[in-house]
Amino acid sequence: MLSLTGVSKTFFPGTANERRALRNIWLELAEGDFATVIGSNGAGKSTLLNVIAGSLSTDDGAIVIDDRDVTKLPAHRRAGLLARVFQDPQAGTSPHLTIEQNMAIALTRGARRGLGVGVGRKRRSAFREELEVLGLGLESRLKTRVGMLSGGQRQALSLLMASFTHPRLLLLDEHTAALDPARAELVTELTVKVVAETNLTALMVTHNMAQALRVGNRLLMMHEGEIILELDAAQKRRTTVADLMDRFTSVRGQLADRSLLS
Amino acid sequence: MEAAIEQGLIFALLALGVFLTYRILNFADLTVDGSFTTGGGTAAILMYNGVDPYLGTLAGLAAGAAAGLITGLLHTKLRIDPLLASILTMIGLYSINLRIMRGPNVGLNMRDGQVIETIFTPLKQAKLMASWQTVAILAAVALAFTAAIIWFLATNFGLATQATGDNPQMAVAGGISTDWTKIVTLMISNGLVGLSGAIYAQFQGFADVQMGIGLILVGLASVIVGNAILGTRYMALAVLGVVVGSVVYRLILSYAIAWEIAAAGDMKLISALLVVVALVISQNETIRGWVGKISASKSPEAPEPLTAPELSAQPAEGPTPLDPSSAKGA
Ligand SMILES: Nc1ncnc2c1ncn2[C@@H]1O[C@H](COP(=O)(O)OP(=O)(O)O)[C@@H](O)[C@H]1O
Ligand SMILES: [Mg+2]
Repeated sequence: MLSLTGVSKTFFPGTANERRALRNIWLELAEGDFATVIGSNGAGKSTLLNVIAGSLSTDDGAIVIDDRDVTKLPAHRRAGLLARVFQDPQAGTSPHLTIEQNMAIALTRGARRGLGVGVGRKRRSAFREELEVLGLGLESRLKTRVGMLSGGQRQALSLLMASFTHPRLLLLDEHTAALDPARAELVTELTVKVVAETNLTALMVTHNMAQALRVGNRLLMMHEGEIILELDAAQKRRTTVADLMDRFTSVRGQLADRSLLS
Repeated sequence: MEAAIEQGLIFALLALGVFLTYRILNFADLTVDGSFTTGGGTAAILMYNGVDPYLGTLAGLAAGAAAGLITGLLHTKLRIDPLLASILTMIGLYSINLRIMRGPNVGLNMRDGQVIETIFTPLKQAKLMASWQTVAILAAVALAFTAAIIWFLATNFGLATQATGDNPQMAVAGGISTDWTKIVTLMISNGLVGLSGAIYAQFQGFADVQMGIGLILVGLASVIVGNAILGTRYMALAVLGVVVGSVVYRLILSYAIAWEIAAAGDMKLISALLVVVALVISQNETIRGWVGKISASKSPEAPEPLTAPELSAQPAEGPTPLDPSSAKGA
């Protein structure tokens, strides 16, 4: 479904600021896999998602989604295959457009956009049904501008927009990190539900190790641009947060960053 | 007064073009100063040489759109900043406009004792210039373009264009080629500007290489005044407001001149000052607070930023429930 073969990415190569954000990454996700990704700040998690989505180009290696080599494809042309939710709740939606207009843009993701009506009656009622699933009452606020929503509402909407079109691949980058605990929990629950119900293949970056163990069927730990640990579903079940912390400690050869335990 | 309204309606097309780039695309496009003259000059030279006036007017639109294409390509393909890309086009167009017109101006009244046919010839012969009839015709034209823009913005492509200006990151993630939406919108915008120039040249009876200078401010002032009058809460009213703004702006100017508050030569200074005042209002926290309170008391929804999106990039603040999670970043 998704395969990365020897992908590398270096920022500012050959300068004093050189940062090797990804080093020879090999990764294979099967259809329906839901992998969580953890790692300290600067490990390369966002860069990994960005090269898969095409917002960053790779230096080396190939990225194949659904048997299609997308390595050289610009981001907007990969959008038919994958959808994303960003950490910043502002990032995934268009604030001056209404909820229904944002959903229309999501609905036409990856398709040719012509001069057909953006939000017609049929689409509107479909959007209403989709929004009901969120249980946030947004279905009665279709004509509200998204900039009026709270961060949690916006993020839930972003998640819905990313998923209701059934993309082949869903990329989530710490999409609950900017929310307060209650709303983060809500969005996490929605994520689990959406991924399970639609059998999406997903990569979810999180800074919450307990969540990384609890959610999904695979776990990747990154450090300094490399995947240093991979767990399958069975291994995940046997692993505790303490185990992951030990792993961090040993690989860094220093005290684990306690902030990772949030 | 009819003459001022007529002018306002002709310049409304230019203002609608400016609205598309400045408000929708969030692109500071100064091409306008050049493309207005390109449209006017192209139409004038064609009519001077006997081309059908409607064909000539359409050619003015096409020439303006071509100017927009140049700015679009400079920006998207060569990655030149919007402001600089449009200044480059604007300056370059000055020379091109001189070549198009084969000189600094083209007269559109008589040639070799023959009346040059323009779209206003029938109205002029019927002595209907500066009349309500002409106002009605020009209003119909401006409203037709207003309706077309409202329709366009609600299509799938129009929504993609709006997202391009509103949140480019989201647009790209949504599969929108923001290069393409920018190029198309710049072409539509400058096409309208060129059309405005073509009609204005026929209205005043000549095209002049200087005729476009400073018009970006006229467009901005119309957008800002119009949006202040009709608001930006509903897209249809925001677009219509641009036409209203353009007419109001012309009326203010004509009264200022008629009452000898200002001379004709002061027009550019007045435009500049008007834009400065509007920008100061939008940037000043205290004043924006007042404006916010006034609009909030009028409507349950949050106030819209009064001016350019880039000058008020923060999300609409309004009476949303206090939500700590809406704070940006972790
Ligand atoms: N656009 C960029 N330009 C330059 N350096 C970057 C950019 N994005 C990330 N980096 C660098 O690459 C490294 C990995 O960053 P990132 O992938 O954001 O880490 P993570 O998401 O795991 O915290 C960091 O050292 C970061 O500073
Ligand atoms: Mg990150």
